Amino acid sequence: MGDLFVLVISCIFINNILLAQYLGNCPFLGTSKKMETAIGMAMAVIFVLVLAGGLTWILNEYMLKPMDVVYLQTLSFILVIAALVQFVEMFLKKSIPALYGSLGIYLPLITTNCAVLGVCLINIKEEYTFIESLVTSFAYAAGFGLALVLFAGVRERILLARVPKPLQDVSIGLITAGIIAMTFMSFKGMV
Amino acid sequence: MALSLTKEFTKGLWAEIPPFRLVLGLCPTLAVTKSLENGIGMGIALTFVLVCSNLFISLLRNIIPSKVRIACFIVVVATFVTIVELLMQAYTYELFLTLGIFIPLIVVNCIPLGRAEAFAYKNGPLSSIADGLGLGIGYGLSLSALASVREILGNGTLTVWGGTPAFTMSPDFLPFKFLLTAPGAFVGLGLMLCLMNLIGKK
Repeated sequence: MGDLFVLVISCIFINNILLAQYLGNCPFLGTSKKMETAIGMAMAVIFVLVLAGGLTWILNEYMLKPMDVVYLQTLSFILVIAALVQFVEMFLKKSIPALYGSLGIYLPLITTNCAVLGVCLINIKEEYTFIESLVTSFAYAAGFGLALVLFAGVRERILLARVPKPLQDVSIGLITAGIIAMTFMSFKGMV
Repeated sequence: MALSLTKEFTKGLWAEIPPFRLVLGLCPTLAVTKSLENGIGMGIALTFVLVCSNLFISLLRNIIPSKVRIACFIVVVATFVTIVELLMQAYTYELFLTLGIFIPLIVVNCIPLGRAEAFAYKNGPLSSIADGLGLGIGYGLSLSALASVREILGNGTLTVWGGTPAFTMSPDFLPFKFLLTAPGAFVGLGLMLCLMNLIGKK
């Protein structure tokens, strides 16, 4: 139990998927202009990543490894993620329309969010157990959400500031992300 | 014909150079640019995937139904990424280890998928190859530029290929280690984007 707690803290803060492992930057810059979209994206990523983390672990352990085709990891994982996203979308549309209304437009974007495939591959590479994979998937996604929401808050303020022309938009966004990444660096050595 | 091919090729080198003009594929740009060698390796890997996937998608464009095209694109791209992964494992193992999960992540890098959707699905094989080659080399150049700055200032060396530095700063030079960390990557890329905006006002 204690180990899992340490794992959660390290995945959220120390090895933050966005700011320390450089994954998922496209949605990070794309959906962070407004707080509302940032929260929607964060929830959608948490939802899909936990499912994808569990599924890809099962796939790797019980299909790829026994059949000795581990080199098909990339291909099979991305297909599982794409199918899963599609399935989740249809399921939500049918049974929980309210949730679909708020997450719907972010779901298709998640297939190409490299944080999702990245975390699934990290789970396999680090040889986590099934429970650990689920926990790290959740923690990484929560870390992604945290960084995204923090960043959206800062970015809403930047809209009001007078930024020099060449620095506008993505450029100032990246520099802001750098400063937020610096604050996350201070968590190093906590565990 | 030859003229339009040159146009498709050269637009990737300046007018639409990723990741500056075409803001796609940011993750590897930030992650692998700690040394020039990694930048070049990533550039070559992406160019290979992009050219092959562009060619195949453009050849198959009349067969792929438009409703399931995204899934088909993903399968084609993922196939070539797996090929690159196996090739790198066999011939450049050290580089394969340093680039780590960023090789499989070329699948979701957005550039191959984006080009498949925006270009290869609508154009013939020859111009698709030109497009892929141009954008791939453009991406490689951008990575190399950022990587050179980060490696020279952050580590005081410049490694082109093979792991041994081709160039080392004088021992008096104090490396600016910040550039090699994650925040350094973000700030470095942000400043480079700003520089590109300054030079090439449209």
